[in-house]
Amino acid sequence: MTTAELLNKIEQVVIALAAFAAVIGLLLFLIDRAPKKRKDFFQLVGFVAPAFIILIIGLVYPAIRTAIQSLYDAKGNFIGFDNFVWAFTQPDSLVSLRNTVIWVILTPILSTVIGLAYAVFIDKSRGEKYFKALVFMPMAISFVGASIIWKFVYEYRPTSANQIGILNQVVVWLGGEPVQWLQAVPANTVFLIIVMVWIQTGFAMVVLSAAIKGVPTEIVEAAQLDGTNAWQRFLHVTIPGIQGSLVVVVTTISIATLKVFDIVRTMTAGNFDTSVLANEMYTQAFRAGEPGRGSALALILFVLVLPIVIYNVRVLRKQREIR
Amino acid sequence: MSSVAPVELPIPGGIAGRAPSLEEEYVEATTKAGRVKKNLTSRWATVAALLIAVLWTIPTFGLFLSSFRPAVLIKTTGWWTIFSNPGLTLDNYRDVLLSSSSSAPQLGQYFVNSVAISIPATIFPLVLASMAAYAFSWMKWKGRDVVFVLVFALQIVPLQMALIPLLSFFSRGITIGNALIIPPTPSGTYAQLWFAHTAFALPLAIFLLYNFISQVPGEVIEAARVDGASHGQIFLRIIIPLAMPALASFAIFQFLWVWNDLLVALVFSGGSPDVAPLTQRLAELTGSRGQDWQRLTAAAFVSIIVPLIVFFSLQRYFVRGLLAGSTKG
Repeated sequence: MTTAELLNKIEQVVIALAAFAAVIGLLLFLIDRAPKKRKDFFQLVGFVAPAFIILIIGLVYPAIRTAIQSLYDAKGNFIGFDNFVWAFTQPDSLVSLRNTVIWVILTPILSTVIGLAYAVFIDKSRGEKYFKALVFMPMAISFVGASIIWKFVYEYRPTSANQIGILNQVVVWLGGEPVQWLQAVPANTVFLIIVMVWIQTGFAMVVLSAAIKGVPTEIVEAAQLDGTNAWQRFLHVTIPGIQGSLVVVVTTISIATLKVFDIVRTMTAGNFDTSVLANEMYTQAFRAGEPGRGSALALILFVLVLPIVIYNVRVLRKQREIR
Repeated sequence: MSSVAPVELPIPGGIAGRAPSLEEEYVEATTKAGRVKKNLTSRWATVAALLIAVLWTIPTFGLFLSSFRPAVLIKTTGWWTIFSNPGLTLDNYRDVLLSSSSSAPQLGQYFVNSVAISIPATIFPLVLASMAAYAFSWMKWKGRDVVFVLVFALQIVPLQMALIPLLSFFSRGITIGNALIIPPTPSGTYAQLWFAHTAFALPLAIFLLYNFISQVPGEVIEAARVDGASHGQIFLRIIIPLAMPALASFAIFQFLWVWNDLLVALVFSGGSPDVAPLTQRLAELTGSRGQDWQRLTAAAFVSIIVPLIVFFSLQRYFVRGLLAGSTKG
């Protein structure tokens, strides 16, 4: 990279930021000087239009086009629901469907339970800050980085050689034979899920820890005076107190899990029966030249995720009513 | 406007009043009686916490330590044998960062790309989403709730669903009829990545910031309106300062997401070293040089050092801001 290239890159960023600031500044300026007639309307447009335009061009319209494409084959012929029939009959896509279900059940539960337990354990303890930082740290690491970290943990060497992966070393210390973890069907899916749990637990922990601190101390103290033990207080005071946050955490992690494909892509590329829907979709759409099938898989993903969203929306509504 | 300056706001149990009360609680609990009781009941809890902390740290630590070991030792011995197989070196880092040989990772330019992608891709959605969140919270309009639910629902539209059509927008521009509305984006620039990241971030950003901004007490907004403040003024002088913790913490999240993204980069950078970020380079290395652990370990740490610095230096904002907002109720 030459200095000229570097300067060019910096220039791109500075110009983009300046242009953006100018546009938004002008917009806010104009909003306050909207014509009296229909003032509310103009102001509303000023506030929501930039976000909505980008959402429509960048997300809504492309998604609709993808949905339409799911009814066509690779050559552009209309084939009705054949792509969906394919998705529910081919062994490859059935495996990725099954794995996706396993991922979406295990990841949110494990991350939330471990994160919550950890948040409770370290609550108000000395060095809480440092405890938090340790478990949260993986959240800052990319899926690709995490995949490399865990590939190294799972690294396999034959029995005759020194192990360089810590997991196999532990197995050897315990008197077992080293295992090629990422090729051990069907457990390898779980080993991939562990990477995701490792990342998401920090998120769950930080959110829930903050929520726990939001539970009014008076209630906790009152429960204490009533002679309840720590477990009862946790069950009947803390849990109800952080219910809203629990929903947010579980749904957020579920959504992230459904969309994840980097881990599978980097660690096994979907081989050894580890593929998930998102990965299969990528493979079909970008590798196999089957955008129709990829689109169909995307729609299936969308349908899988709907119940989560509906639940989340209902909780949101309820909270609004209370307010 | 001085009557509604943020400092003077009496917010009962609201966002601004919340942080100090938390600290008081904390101080209370860590003193005398509180601490004694805690010590008696939580010995096992501490053990469990320590165990989790160690389990969570070991993988990263192992890789970190390995990144300083000579190539031969990495490939033949475990990092936990560092004392019986001593040897530390900076060669791996020199190799991935400075070496200009064609087989070397040459991470320097990718590092610049990651920075150049992440900063605008954080600021754009942040500003746009806070404006939209304000409209959802404090402007009355028909269909507001329905539209809000729709925007929220967009979160679950998988990125992949938008990739192919979006890519063709960029290469051909957007036309209505025969009129070119938006010209094609030149390839080899960051613009595509910025736009894609902004679009994909907006649903969640609007949702999270709405949670926070809608918590601002209505009396404050009302008072400002009575004083004759317009929406633009209320947004800039009341909402933005009050929501600063939430904005800061969403900014951290978004920065981390963009920095760590692989898929969007793969599709919109066209694989060009002029635009491709670190993650993409790293994924290439994992695929093509999966056994070069001396390079992979060092490269992995080059890519995660910035997120770690961001996270550790801004942790305060993080805990106080977004969480109070996103998890309220």
